[in-house]
Amino acid sequence: MRLGPRIAELFAKIFLFGITLFIVGILLFIILFILKNGAAHISWKFITMPIEDMGRSGGILATIVGTGLIVLVAIVVATPLGVSSAIYLAEYTKGGRITEVIRFGINCLSAVPSIIFGLFGFILFVETLGFGWSILSGGLSLAAMVLPTIISTAEEALRSVPISYREVARSLGATRWQTVSKAVIPYALPGILTGIILSIGRAVGETAVVIFTAGTATQMPRSLLDSARTMAVHFYVLAREGISLDNAYATATLLICTILIVNASAYMLMHRLMRGRR
Amino acid sequence: MDNMEKKIVVEDLSVSFDGTHALSNVSLDVFKGEILTIIGPANSGKTTLLSAINRTLEIKDMVSITGRILLDGKDINESEPEEIRRRVGMVYALPIPLPMSIRDNVLLGIRLQRRLKRSEEDDILEKTLRAAFLWEEVKDRLNTSAIQLSGGQQQRLCIARTLAVKPEVILFDEPCSGLDPISTMKVEEALKELVREHTIVFVTNNTKQAARIGTRTAFLLMGRLVEVDATEKLFTVPSCKETEDYITGQFG
Repeated sequence: MRLGPRIAELFAKIFLFGITLFIVGILLFIILFILKNGAAHISWKFITMPIEDMGRSGGILATIVGTGLIVLVAIVVATPLGVSSAIYLAEYTKGGRITEVIRFGINCLSAVPSIIFGLFGFILFVETLGFGWSILSGGLSLAAMVLPTIISTAEEALRSVPISYREVARSLGATRWQTVSKAVIPYALPGILTGIILSIGRAVGETAVVIFTAGTATQMPRSLLDSARTMAVHFYVLAREGISLDNAYATATLLICTILIVNASAYMLMHRLMRGRR
Repeated sequence: MDNMEKKIVVEDLSVSFDGTHALSNVSLDVFKGEILTIIGPANSGKTTLLSAINRTLEIKDMVSITGRILLDGKDINESEPEEIRRRVGMVYALPIPLPMSIRDNVLLGIRLQRRLKRSEEDDILEKTLRAAFLWEEVKDRLNTSAIQLSGGQQQRLCIARTLAVKPEVILFDEPCSGLDPISTMKVEEALKELVREHTIVFVTNNTKQAARIGTRTAFLLMGRLVEVDATEKLFTVPSCKETEDYITGQFG
Protein backbone atom coordinates (compact mmCIF):
# COMPACT_ATOMS: atom_id res chain seq x y z
CA MET A 1 0.00 0.00 0.00
CA ARG A 2 1.27 3.44 -0.86
CA LEU A 3 0.40 6.55 1.05
CA GLY A 4 -0.60 9.70 -0.75
CA PRO A 5 2.00 12.47 -0.53
CA ARG A 6 -0.15 14.53 1.82
CA ILE A 7 -0.68 11.65 4.22
CA ALA A 8 3.05 10.83 4.09
CA GLU A 9 3.84 14.46 4.82
CA LEU A 10 1.55 14.38 7.82
CA PHE A 11 3.08 11.15 9.13
CA ALA A 12 6.61 12.46 8.64
CA LYS A 13 5.76 15.59 10.55
CA ILE A 14 4.14 13.73 13.43
CA PHE A 15 6.93 11.16 13.54
CA LEU A 16 9.76 13.72 13.57
CA PHE A 17 7.93 15.86 16.10
CA GLY A 18 7.42 12.81 18.30
CA ILE A 19 11.11 11.90 18.24
CA THR A 20 12.11 15.45 19.12
CA LEU A 21 9.57 15.54 21.92
CA PHE A 22 10.95 12.24 23.24
CA ILE A 23 14.48 13.63 23.36
CA VAL A 24 13.42 16.81 25.14
CA GLY A 25 11.40 14.54 27.43
CA ILE A 26 14.51 12.62 28.49
CA LEU A 27 16.25 15.88 29.38
CA LEU A 28 13.23 17.11 31.33
CA PHE A 29 12.89 13.77 33.11
CA ILE A 30 16.51 13.85 34.29
CA ILE A 31 16.27 17.42 35.49
CA LEU A 32 12.91 16.95 37.22
CA PHE A 33 13.97 13.65 38.79
CA ILE A 34 17.09 15.18 40.29
CA LEU A 35 15.24 18.31 41.39
CA LYS A 36 12.45 16.31 42.99
CA ASN A 37 14.86 14.24 45.04
CA GLY A 38 17.40 16.93 45.77
CA ALA A 39 15.78 20.33 45.97
CA ALA A 40 14.24 19.70 49.38
CA HIS A 41 17.66 19.04 50.94
CA ILE A 42 19.33 22.18 49.68
CA SER A 43 19.69 24.94 52.19
CA TRP A 44 22.00 27.86 52.73
CA LYS A 45 23.71 25.72 55.34
CA PHE A 46 24.27 22.94 52.81
CA ILE A 47 26.00 25.34 50.45
CA THR A 48 28.16 27.10 53.04
CA MET A 49 29.11 24.35 55.54
CA PRO A 50 32.16 22.10 55.36
CA ILE A 51 31.67 18.40 54.72
CA GLU A 52 31.05 16.51 57.97
CA ASP A 53 31.12 12.80 58.68
CA MET A 54 32.14 11.85 55.09
CA GLY A 55 29.15 13.73 53.70
CA ARG A 56 26.42 12.31 55.93
CA SER A 57 25.94 15.72 57.43
CA GLY A 58 27.25 19.24 56.99
CA GLY A 59 27.47 20.91 53.62
CA ILE A 60 29.49 20.81 50.44
CA LEU A 61 31.34 24.12 50.41
CA ALA A 62 34.72 22.40 49.88
CA THR A 63 33.46 20.62 46.77
CA ILE A 64 32.09 23.86 45.31
CA VAL A 65 35.44 25.55 45.85
CA GLY A 66 37.27 22.47 44.55
CA THR A 67 35.16 22.31 41.41
CA GLY A 68 35.61 26.01 40.76
CA LEU A 69 39.38 25.91 41.16
CA ILE A 70 39.88 22.80 39.05
CA VAL A 71 37.73 24.17 36.24
CA LEU A 72 39.49 27.52 36.49
CA VAL A 73 42.90 25.86 36.09
CA ALA A 74 41.60 23.81 33.17
CA ILE A 75 40.16 26.78 31.28
CA VAL A 76 43.07 29.12 32.00
CA VAL A 77 45.43 26.49 30.59
CA ALA A 78 43.30 25.17 27.74
CA THR A 79 42.06 28.50 26.31
CA PRO A 80 45.38 30.01 25.19
CA LEU A 81 46.64 26.65 23.95
CA GLY A 82 43.44 25.77 22.10
CA VAL A 83 42.83 29.19 20.58
CA SER A 84 46.45 29.48 19.43
CA SER A 85 46.29 26.12 17.79
CA ALA A 86 42.99 27.03 16.12
CA ILE A 87 44.50 30.27 14.80
CA TYR A 88 47.41 28.32 13.39
CA LEU A 89 45.12 25.80 11.69
CA ALA A 90 42.70 28.39 10.33
CA GLU A 91 45.04 31.22 9.37
CA TYR A 92 48.56 29.95 8.87
CA THR A 93 48.19 26.68 7.00
CA LYS A 94 47.19 26.17 3.43
CA GLY A 95 45.14 23.01 3.87
CA GLY A 96 47.90 20.56 3.03
CA ARG A 97 48.29 16.97 4.09
CA ILE A 98 49.99 17.82 7.37
CA THR A 99 47.10 20.08 8.39
CA GLU A 100 44.69 17.27 7.62
CA VAL A 101 46.68 14.89 9.81
CA ILE A 102 46.76 17.42 12.65
CA ARG A 103 43.01 18.01 12.39
CA PHE A 104 42.36 14.26 12.28
CA GLY A 105 44.47 13.86 15.41
CA ILE A 106 42.48 16.54 17.21
CA ASN A 107 39.21 14.89 16.24
CA CYS A 108 40.50 11.56 17.54
CA LEU A 109 41.50 13.25 20.77
CA SER A 110 37.92 14.40 21.29
CA ALA A 111 36.76 10.80 20.96
CA VAL A 112 39.11 9.49 23.65
CA PRO A 113 37.11 8.29 26.68
CA SER A 114 37.52 10.57 29.69
CA ILE A 115 38.78 7.71 31.87
CA ILE A 116 41.81 7.53 29.56
CA PHE A 117 42.48 11.22 30.16
CA GLY A 118 42.26 10.39 33.85
CA LEU A 119 44.87 7.67 33.48
CA PHE A 120 47.04 9.95 31.33
CA GLY A 121 46.81 12.71 33.93
CA PHE A 122 47.56 10.28 36.74
CA ILE A 123 50.71 9.01 35.06
CA LEU A 124 51.96 12.38 33.80
CA PHE A 125 50.91 14.96 36.39
CA VAL A 126 50.32 12.95 39.55
CA GLU A 127 53.22 10.51 39.27
CA THR A 128 55.87 11.68 36.78
CA LEU A 129 55.74 15.41 37.46
CA GLY A 130 55.03 14.79 41.13
CA PHE A 131 52.05 17.13 41.52
CA GLY A 132 50.27 14.37 43.46
CA TRP A 133 46.50 14.17 43.72
CA SER A 134 45.83 17.86 43.45
CA ILE A 135 43.78 20.65 41.97
CA LEU A 136 46.70 21.31 39.62
CA SER A 137 46.82 17.72 38.32
CA GLY A 138 43.04 17.62 37.95
CA GLY A 139 42.90 20.97 36.17
CA LEU A 140 45.69 20.09 33.75
CA SER A 141 44.10 16.73 32.90
CA LEU A 142 40.74 18.41 32.32
CA ALA A 143 42.49 20.97 30.13
CA ALA A 144 43.76 18.15 27.93
CA MET A 145 40.23 16.75 27.76
CA VAL A 146 38.53 19.98 26.67
CA LEU A 147 41.28 21.11 24.28
CA PRO A 148 39.76 19.43 21.20
CA THR A 149 36.41 21.15 21.84
CA ILE A 150 38.03 24.55 22.18
CA ILE A 151 40.19 24.02 19.10
CA SER A 152 37.37 22.85 16.82
CA THR A 153 34.87 25.53 17.86
CA ALA A 154 37.49 28.28 17.64
CA GLU A 155 38.71 27.06 14.23
CA GLU A 156 35.13 26.93 12.98
CA ALA A 157 34.52 30.46 14.25
CA LEU A 158 37.68 31.77 12.57
CA ARG A 159 36.83 30.11 9.28
CA SER A 160 33.40 31.70 9.24
CA VAL A 161 35.00 35.16 9.03
CA PRO A 162 34.67 36.31 5.40
CA ILE A 163 37.89 36.16 3.35
CA SER A 164 37.24 39.75 2.22
CA TYR A 165 37.89 41.02 5.77
CA ARG A 166 41.34 39.56 5.61
CA GLU A 167 41.93 41.07 2.17
CA VAL A 168 40.88 44.51 3.37
CA ALA A 169 43.18 44.41 6.36
CA ARG A 170 46.09 43.13 4.29
CA SER A 171 45.53 45.77 1.61
CA LEU A 172 45.75 48.44 4.32
CA GLY A 173 49.23 47.22 5.12
CA ALA A 174 48.45 44.87 8.00
CA THR A 175 50.75 41.92 8.52
CA ARG A 176 49.20 38.51 8.82
CA TRP A 177 49.26 38.66 12.60
CA GLN A 178 47.79 42.18 12.67
CA THR A 179 45.07 40.98 10.34
CA VAL A 180 44.29 38.05 12.60
CA SER A 181 44.36 40.03 15.82
CA LYS A 182 42.60 43.20 14.63
CA ALA A 183 40.14 42.04 11.98
CA VAL A 184 39.58 38.30 12.31
CA ILE A 185 39.57 37.49 16.04
CA PRO A 186 37.17 40.30 17.06
CA TYR A 187 34.70 38.97 14.52
CA ALA A 188 35.17 35.34 15.60
CA LEU A 189 35.06 36.14 19.31
CA PRO A 190 31.44 35.08 20.00
CA GLY A 191 32.10 31.65 18.49
CA ILE A 192 35.37 31.24 20.35
CA LEU A 193 33.77 32.24 23.66
CA THR A 194 30.90 29.84 23.13
CA GLY A 195 33.34 26.96 22.73
CA ILE A 196 35.13 27.98 25.92
CA ILE A 197 31.92 28.22 27.93
CA LEU A 198 30.65 24.89 26.67
CA SER A 199 34.00 23.44 27.73
CA ILE A 200 33.46 24.86 31.20
CA GLY A 201 30.13 23.04 31.27
CA ARG A 202 31.79 19.79 30.33
CA ALA A 203 34.62 20.24 32.82
CA VAL A 204 32.26 21.05 35.70
CA GLY A 205 30.46 17.74 35.34
CA GLU A 206 33.45 15.52 34.59
CA THR A 207 34.02 12.75 37.11
CA ALA A 208 36.37 10.06 35.82
CA VAL A 209 39.26 12.39 35.04
CA VAL A 210 39.27 14.16 38.40
CA ILE A 211 38.80 11.04 40.51
CA PHE A 212 42.12 9.81 39.11
CA THR A 213 43.97 13.09 39.31
CA ALA A 214 42.53 15.31 42.04
CA GLY A 215 41.62 12.68 44.58
CA THR A 216 38.68 12.75 46.95
CA ALA A 217 39.83 14.80 49.95
CA THR A 218 36.91 16.29 51.84
CA GLN A 219 38.63 19.20 53.55
CA MET A 220 38.79 22.72 52.15
CA PRO A 221 41.78 22.99 49.73
CA ARG A 222 44.38 25.55 50.76
CA SER A 223 46.61 25.52 47.69
CA LEU A 224 46.59 24.27 44.12
CA LEU A 225 48.71 21.33 45.26
CA ASP A 226 46.04 20.15 47.71
CA SER A 227 43.77 17.30 46.80
CA ALA A 228 40.16 18.36 46.26
CA ARG A 229 36.83 16.70 45.71
CA THR A 230 34.61 18.11 42.99
CA MET A 231 30.81 18.16 43.21
CA ALA A 232 30.57 15.39 40.64
CA VAL A 233 33.02 13.19 42.54
CA HIS A 234 31.23 13.95 45.80
CA PHE A 235 27.96 12.82 44.26
CA TYR A 236 29.62 9.65 42.99
CA VAL A 237 31.11 8.78 46.37
CA LEU A 238 27.91 9.53 48.31
CA ALA A 239 25.74 7.48 45.98
CA ARG A 240 28.18 4.66 45.30
CA GLU A 241 28.98 4.00 48.93
CA GLY A 242 25.44 4.63 50.10
CA ILE A 243 26.57 7.33 52.50
CA SER A 244 23.65 9.68 52.05
CA LEU A 245 21.34 9.53 49.08
CA ASP A 246 19.61 12.75 50.12
CA ASN A 247 22.86 14.69 50.13
CA ALA A 248 23.88 13.01 46.85
CA TYR A 249 20.74 14.29 45.15
CA ALA A 250 21.18 17.70 46.68
CA THR A 251 24.71 17.85 45.28
CA ALA A 252 23.46 16.65 41.91
CA THR A 253 20.82 19.38 41.92
CA LEU A 254 23.43 22.07 42.48
CA LEU A 255 25.65 20.51 39.83
CA ILE A 256 22.91 20.42 37.23
CA CYS A 257 21.86 23.97 38.02
CA THR A 258 25.47 25.12 37.62
CA ILE A 259 25.76 23.44 34.22
CA LEU A 260 22.43 24.87 33.08
CA ILE A 261 23.50 28.35 34.16
CA VAL A 262 26.84 27.99 32.38
CA ASN A 263 25.18 26.85 29.15
CA ALA A 264 22.47 29.49 29.32
CA SER A 265 25.03 32.22 29.84
CA ALA A 266 26.95 30.90 26.83
CA TYR A 267 23.92 31.37 24.62
CA MET A 268 23.05 34.73 26.09
CA LEU A 269 26.60 35.99 25.66
CA MET A 270 26.71 34.81 22.07
CA HIS A 271 23.38 36.43 21.36
CA ARG A 272 24.48 39.74 22.82
CA LEU A 273 27.78 39.82 20.99
CA MET A 274 26.12 38.96 17.70
CA ARG A 275 23.61 41.75 18.16
CA GLY A 276 26.25 44.30 19.04
CA ARG A 277 27.80 43.67 15.65
CA ARG A 278 24.88 45.00 13.66
CA MET B 1 53.58 62.17 -22.36
CA ASP B 2 57.25 61.28 -22.43
CA ASN B 3 58.25 64.16 -20.23
CA MET B 4 55.88 63.04 -17.44
CA GLU B 5 57.19 61.23 -14.41
CA LYS B 6 56.51 57.50 -14.37
CA LYS B 7 54.95 56.50 -11.04
CA ILE B 8 54.49 52.83 -11.83
CA VAL B 9 56.22 50.77 -14.46
CA VAL B 10 54.92 47.29 -15.22
CA GLU B 11 57.47 45.27 -17.16
CA ASP B 12 56.58 42.07 -18.92
CA LEU B 13 54.23 40.89 -16.18
CA SER B 14 52.80 37.38 -16.46
CA VAL B 15 50.60 35.76 -13.85
CA SER B 16 49.14 32.29 -13.71
CA PHE B 17 46.94 30.56 -11.16
CA ASP B 18 47.66 26.87 -10.79
CA GLY B 19 48.94 26.79 -14.40
CA THR B 20 46.13 28.86 -15.95
CA HIS B 21 47.31 32.14 -17.45
CA ALA B 22 45.63 35.25 -16.09
CA LEU B 23 48.04 37.83 -17.50
CA SER B 24 50.54 37.42 -20.34
CA ASN B 25 53.51 39.74 -20.84
CA VAL B 26 51.80 42.96 -19.84
CA SER B 27 53.95 46.10 -19.95
CA LEU B 28 52.38 49.37 -18.90
CA ASP B 29 53.34 52.72 -17.39
CA VAL B 30 51.27 54.80 -15.03
CA PHE B 31 52.22 58.47 -14.88
CA LYS B 32 52.22 60.54 -11.74
CA GLY B 33 48.96 62.39 -11.14
CA GLU B 34 46.91 60.77 -13.87
CA ILE B 35 43.81 58.61 -13.84
CA LEU B 36 44.54 55.53 -15.85
CA THR B 37 41.32 53.69 -16.56
CA ILE B 38 41.47 50.02 -17.45
CA ILE B 39 38.62 48.48 -19.39
CA GLY B 40 37.99 44.97 -20.63
CA PRO B 41 35.46 42.17 -20.36
CA ALA B 42 35.25 39.84 -17.36
CA ASN B 43 38.22 37.54 -16.87
CA SER B 44 40.59 39.74 -18.83
CA GLY B 45 42.97 40.08 -15.88
CA LYS B 46 42.11 43.59 -14.68
CA THR B 47 41.81 42.70 -11.01
CA THR B 48 44.88 40.49 -11.21
CA LEU B 49 46.89 43.40 -12.59
CA LEU B 50 45.75 45.70 -9.77
CA SER B 51 46.49 43.22 -7.03
CA ALA B 52 49.93 42.55 -8.50
CA ILE B 53 50.72 46.27 -8.23
CA ASN B 54 50.03 46.46 -4.47
CA ARG B 55 51.40 42.99 -3.72
CA THR B 56 48.13 41.52 -2.48
CA LEU B 57 48.20 39.01 -5.35
CA GLU B 58 50.95 36.98 -3.72
CA ILE B 59 48.74 36.22 -0.70
CA LYS B 60 46.59 33.94 -2.87
CA ASP B 61 47.32 30.23 -3.19
CA MET B 62 48.92 28.62 -6.22
CA VAL B 63 49.84 31.87 -7.91
CA SER B 64 53.02 32.35 -9.95
CA ILE B 65 54.20 35.81 -10.95
CA THR B 66 56.98 36.73 -13.39
CA GLY B 67 58.13 40.12 -14.62
CA ARG B 68 58.83 43.30 -12.70
CA ILE B 69 56.84 46.16 -11.27
CA LEU B 70 58.60 49.39 -10.35
CA LEU B 71 57.19 51.99 -7.98
CA ASP B 72 59.09 55.29 -8.29
CA GLY B 73 61.76 53.38 -10.20
CA LYS B 74 62.31 50.75 -7.48
CA ASP B 75 61.29 47.10 -7.76
CA ILE B 76 58.33 46.57 -5.41
CA ASN B 77 59.73 43.20 -4.37
CA GLU B 78 62.68 44.96 -2.77
CA SER B 79 60.41 46.58 -0.16
CA GLU B 80 58.33 44.97 2.54
CA PRO B 81 54.91 43.96 1.15
CA GLU B 82 53.19 45.91 3.94
CA GLU B 83 54.99 49.09 2.92
CA ILE B 84 53.94 48.67 -0.72
CA ARG B 85 50.33 48.03 0.32
CA ARG B 86 50.32 51.21 2.37
CA ARG B 87 51.78 53.26 -0.47
CA VAL B 88 49.44 51.70 -3.03
CA GLY B 89 45.91 51.57 -1.64
CA MET B 90 43.08 49.48 -3.04
CA VAL B 91 39.32 50.01 -3.13
CA TYR B 92 37.41 46.85 -3.93
CA ALA B 93 34.40 46.22 -6.15
CA LEU B 94 32.05 45.51 -3.28
CA PRO B 95 32.27 47.84 -0.32
CA ILE B 96 33.59 45.83 2.61
CA PRO B 97 33.05 47.76 5.82
CA LEU B 98 34.28 45.77 8.79
CA PRO B 99 31.68 45.20 11.52
CA MET B 100 32.80 48.10 13.67
CA SER B 101 32.03 51.80 13.95
CA ILE B 102 32.60 54.30 11.15
CA ARG B 103 35.44 55.78 13.19
CA ASP B 104 37.16 52.44 13.74
CA ASN B 105 36.81 51.51 10.08
CA VAL B 106 38.47 54.67 8.83
CA LEU B 107 41.27 54.47 11.38
CA LEU B 108 41.90 50.73 11.02
CA GLY B 109 44.91 50.95 8.73
CA ILE B 110 46.62 53.94 10.32
CA ARG B 111 46.23 52.51 13.83
CA LEU B 112 48.19 49.45 12.74
CA GLN B 113 51.19 51.67 12.12
CA ARG B 114 51.24 53.80 15.22
CA ARG B 115 49.31 54.93 18.25
CA LEU B 116 47.34 58.11 17.61
CA LYS B 117 46.22 60.89 19.87
CA ARG B 118 42.49 61.50 19.96
CA SER B 119 42.90 64.90 18.30
CA GLU B 120 45.02 63.37 15.52
CA GLU B 121 42.35 60.74 14.99
CA ASP B 122 39.65 63.37 14.73
CA ASP B 123 41.70 65.30 12.17
CA ILE B 124 42.30 62.24 10.01
CA LEU B 125 38.64 61.24 10.25
CA GLU B 126 37.34 64.59 9.11
CA LYS B 127 39.95 65.05 6.39
CA THR B 128 39.52 61.62 4.81
CA LEU B 129 35.74 61.57 5.11
CA ARG B 130 35.57 65.00 3.50
CA ALA B 131 37.85 63.84 0.71
CA ALA B 132 35.55 60.87 0.16
CA PHE B 133 32.51 63.20 0.10
CA LEU B 134 30.97 61.40 3.08
CA TRP B 135 31.64 63.78 5.99
CA GLU B 136 28.39 65.71 5.87
CA GLU B 137 26.33 62.52 5.85
CA VAL B 138 28.03 60.79 8.80
CA LYS B 139 29.63 63.50 10.97
CA ASP B 140 26.96 63.13 13.67
CA ARG B 141 27.18 59.37 13.93
CA LEU B 142 30.83 58.44 13.67
CA ASN B 143 30.51 55.91 16.47
CA THR B 144 27.63 53.97 14.95
CA SER B 145 28.16 50.76 13.03
CA ALA B 146 29.41 51.10 9.47
CA ILE B 147 27.22 48.19 8.44
CA GLN B 148 24.15 50.43 8.67
CA LEU B 149 25.33 52.78 5.93
CA SER B 150 23.87 52.48 2.43
CA GLY B 151 25.91 50.77 -0.30
CA GLY B 152 27.10 54.06 -1.77
CA GLN B 153 28.05 55.42 1.64
CA GLN B 154 29.88 52.21 2.48
CA GLN B 155 31.95 52.49 -0.68
CA ARG B 156 32.89 56.09 0.10
CA LEU B 157 33.75 54.93 3.64
CA CYS B 158 36.09 52.36 2.10
CA ILE B 159 37.71 55.15 0.06
CA ALA B 160 38.19 57.19 3.25
CA ARG B 161 39.67 54.14 4.96
CA THR B 162 42.14 53.72 2.13
CA LEU B 163 43.00 57.45 2.19
CA ALA B 164 43.71 57.38 5.92
CA VAL B 165 46.85 55.32 5.31
CA LYS B 166 48.05 58.17 3.03
CA PRO B 167 48.70 56.15 -0.10
CA GLU B 168 50.51 57.69 -3.08
CA VAL B 169 48.62 55.55 -5.55
CA ILE B 170 45.00 54.35 -5.27
CA LEU B 171 43.78 51.36 -7.20
CA PHE B 172 40.04 51.15 -7.78
CA ASP B 173 38.64 47.78 -8.77
CA GLU B 174 35.24 48.49 -10.33
CA PRO B 175 34.20 50.50 -7.27
CA CYS B 176 30.88 51.54 -8.76
CA SER B 177 29.70 48.18 -10.04
CA GLY B 178 27.21 47.76 -7.20
CA LEU B 179 26.14 51.40 -6.95
CA ASP B 180 23.24 53.42 -8.29
CA PRO B 181 23.92 56.37 -10.65
CA ILE B 182 23.74 59.01 -7.90
CA SER B 183 26.21 57.18 -5.70
CA THR B 184 28.42 56.60 -8.73
CA MET B 185 28.40 60.32 -9.42
CA LYS B 186 29.51 61.04 -5.86
CA VAL B 187 32.39 58.58 -6.14
CA GLU B 188 33.46 60.21 -9.41
CA GLU B 189 33.28 63.65 -7.79
CA ALA B 190 35.55 62.43 -5.02
CA LEU B 191 37.89 61.04 -7.64
CA LYS B 192 38.34 64.43 -9.32
CA GLU B 193 39.61 65.85 -6.05
CA LEU B 194 41.75 62.84 -5.22
CA VAL B 195 43.71 62.97 -8.44
CA ARG B 196 45.23 66.31 -7.37
CA GLU B 197 47.35 64.49 -4.82
CA HIS B 198 47.24 60.86 -5.91
CA THR B 199 47.95 58.70 -8.90
CA ILE B 200 44.90 56.65 -9.74
CA VAL B 201 44.35 53.41 -11.58
CA PHE B 202 40.67 52.78 -12.10
CA VAL B 203 39.32 49.49 -13.39
CA THR B 204 35.77 49.59 -14.69
CA ASN B 205 33.37 47.48 -16.67
CA ASN B 206 31.57 50.59 -17.74
CA THR B 207 33.24 52.03 -20.86
CA LYS B 208 31.30 55.28 -20.56
CA GLN B 209 32.67 55.76 -17.09
CA ALA B 210 36.20 55.09 -18.33
CA ALA B 211 35.71 57.72 -21.02
CA ARG B 212 34.33 60.23 -18.49
CA ILE B 213 37.08 60.07 -15.92
CA GLY B 214 40.23 58.74 -17.60
CA THR B 215 43.36 60.63 -18.52
CA ARG B 216 44.54 57.59 -20.42
CA THR B 217 42.79 54.27 -20.94
CA ALA B 218 44.13 50.75 -21.28
CA PHE B 219 42.21 47.89 -22.86
CA LEU B 220 42.85 44.39 -21.57
CA LEU B 221 41.54 41.27 -23.27
CA MET B 222 42.12 37.67 -22.20
CA GLY B 223 45.12 38.63 -20.09
CA ARG B 224 46.77 40.68 -22.85
CA LEU B 225 47.18 44.42 -23.04
CA VAL B 226 45.64 45.28 -26.39
CA GLU B 227 46.35 48.99 -26.34
CA VAL B 228 46.82 51.96 -24.09
CA ASP B 229 46.37 55.54 -25.19
CA ALA B 230 45.00 58.92 -24.25
CA THR B 231 41.37 58.30 -23.28
CA GLU B 232 39.94 60.63 -25.90
CA LYS B 233 41.97 59.02 -28.66
CA LEU B 234 41.23 55.45 -27.57
CA PHE B 235 37.51 56.10 -27.60
CA THR B 236 37.46 57.99 -30.90
CA VAL B 237 40.20 56.52 -33.07
CA PRO B 238 41.40 53.28 -31.48
CA SER B 239 44.37 51.74 -33.22
CA CYS B 240 43.25 48.11 -32.79
CA LYS B 241 40.21 46.45 -34.29
CA GLU B 242 39.53 44.57 -31.03
CA THR B 243 39.36 47.83 -29.06
CA GLU B 244 36.95 49.32 -31.56
CA ASP B 245 34.73 46.26 -31.41
CA TYR B 246 34.68 46.36 -27.62
CA ILE B 247 33.96 50.05 -27.14
CA THR B 248 31.28 50.06 -29.80
CA GLY B 249 29.59 47.14 -28.06
CA GLN B 250 30.31 44.41 -30.60
CA PHE B 251 31.17 42.08 -27.74
CA GLY B 252 31.88 42.05 -24.01
